Amino acid sequence: MLNFIIRRVAIAVPTLLILLVASFWLMQTAPGGPFTSERPLPQQVLDNINAKYGLDDPLPVQLWNYLVGIVTEFDFGPSYKYKDRTVNDIIAQGFPVTLKYGTISFLVAIVTGCTLGVAAAIRQNTALDYFAVGVTIGAQVLPNFVMAPILIMIFTVWLGILPGGGWHGGEWPYLIMPVIALSTSFMASIARLTRSAMLEVLRSNFIRTARAKGLPDRTIILRHAIKPAMLPVISYLGPAFVGMVTGSFIIDSIFGTGGVGYFYVNSALNRDYAVMMGLTILLGSMTIMFNMVVDILYAWIDPKIRL
Amino acid sequence: MLDVKLNPSQRKTAEMAKNIANVKGRSLWADARRRFVQNKAAMVSVFVLGLVILFSFFGGYATEYDNETIDWNVLGSVAKVGQPSIESGHYFGFDDSARDLYSRVVQGSRISLAVGVVGAFIAVLVGTLYGAVAGFVGGRVDSIMMRLVDIFMSIPYMFVLILLLVVFGRSITMIFVGIGLTAWLDMSRIVRGQTLSLKNKEFIEAAMVTGVSTPKIILRHIVPNLLGVVVVYATLLVPQMILTESFISFLGLGVQEPLTSWGALISEGVKTMYYGAYWQLGFPLGFFIVAIFCFFFIGDGLRDALDPKDR
Repeated sequence: MLNFIIRRVAIAVPTLLILLVASFWLMQTAPGGPFTSERPLPQQVLDNINAKYGLDDPLPVQLWNYLVGIVTEFDFGPSYKYKDRTVNDIIAQGFPVTLKYGTISFLVAIVTGCTLGVAAAIRQNTALDYFAVGVTIGAQVLPNFVMAPILIMIFTVWLGILPGGGWHGGEWPYLIMPVIALSTSFMASIARLTRSAMLEVLRSNFIRTARAKGLPDRTIILRHAIKPAMLPVISYLGPAFVGMVTGSFIIDSIFGTGGVGYFYVNSALNRDYAVMMGLTILLGSMTIMFNMVVDILYAWIDPKIRL
Repeated sequence: MLDVKLNPSQRKTAEMAKNIANVKGRSLWADARRRFVQNKAAMVSVFVLGLVILFSFFGGYATEYDNETIDWNVLGSVAKVGQPSIESGHYFGFDDSARDLYSRVVQGSRISLAVGVVGAFIAVLVGTLYGAVAGFVGGRVDSIMMRLVDIFMSIPYMFVLILLLVVFGRSITMIFVGIGLTAWLDMSRIVRGQTLSLKNKEFIEAAMVTGVSTPKIILRHIVPNLLGVVVVYATLLVPQMILTESFISFLGLGVQEPLTSWGALISEGVKTMYYGAYWQLGFPLGFFIVAIFCFFFIGDGLRDALDPKDR
């Protein structure tokens, strides 16, 4: 087990470094400095500004300072576009929002997905099963950026029962549509995985043994079948997390929830390199960490993986 | 001339032998084709997808309007007078800049499908070669190559794609490169696994013994035998490429005006839906959903047909 953890960390660390260096290097090669504008500044002024932000240091020094800033003070640097705002301000403002609807969506996707999948597997080839399979196929072709406008069209424009956007501190009417839009496709994937895993488990020998010794169905499913059937779901949590993070870009830009995704897309559109880099590194390293934790968790539950 | 006398049963054997030469064995591919044709959902999908592809190529000939001309009489009041109508020839109505939406959808379909197919092609080409080399050469080369894939895989690719688009400018070429760069990783893993199982088969050993060079063995003997897996995976990759491109274009980071794609059109439709121009969302969305559905069904059908064990 320890061996596995060491090996897994040995993948995560270079990945983080590659992400850091690559995004830093890409930002430097981007055409135009952060202060190039329509009216060119006098050279002296430009030099002074560059010196103020430390942009006249050699690249490795800049990279090192940046890294030290992140590690020691959690400081992702200033926004070059909006002088009064640092990347940290943006994170402080947007992150709680993203975290709230992201966590809720994650839980909703897992709970409904597993329930639907297990129910469909137990009642295989009944109306319930067909319904579940239909939902999973349908949700596959309805990614969040298609789901969200359809929801707004139905619930805001036609029925007028839910607000079409905004956040308002995360009151529940403002949460419903973002959560549905973000969680549906993952719910579908989880349901599909659970269903097929459960079907396989229900056909296996130890379940037959449990039936043979006369255990009631409820005990068989809850005590014996659920646990092994959950394994593929756990391995799916990593990709689901990545999907949720990128999905939040869409949620924030359609519903105006003001999460990190909004700032990310905005900085990408405005070429606000510093903000982009800061958010890329923050979200990217979170994803890498999450994947690592999930992998280790998986190996802990299923010893076959540790090889 | 010697008259050979055959006894009756001998004659029968000779006839049977003649007949056997005429009976055609069912090849693996014929079997697969039969299974695929029997799959109704997949066959309907092939038909519908064919229509969509024809539409994207030749749809432009069915209308007198192009995708660039702005109708100044309509501009500014698109929601009121820009509805779809058969009489005016604007079958899908107008888009928000008062251009003919039908031609815009034709244009968008062509670009989205192209991104899907070309992106999948790049991914399949790179992934197959990489995986086949890693699997066949084996040893240290293999473990280094696969470690690299592990590392690349754990970098969230959407960020890389957006970074690339921002740094090198938003263009279709950059989307091709960015999507192609990230999508081959899965492919290489699958192909490597298959190659490992093929590697010790007799026909490969025979090739090695007769002195065929390694690159030639990979290209001539390994890759053709991977075709089944590759075809299935490629079909499933196309809708994923289209989804990624639409996602990026929806955010405004992908295909730029005057070009368009399904994602870009949907994004525009979302903005105009609020003042009642539903058709601007409805038509692109319809095409998008139908096409993705078809690709998924065809991919599933192909998987069932080519890899019956996996069902």
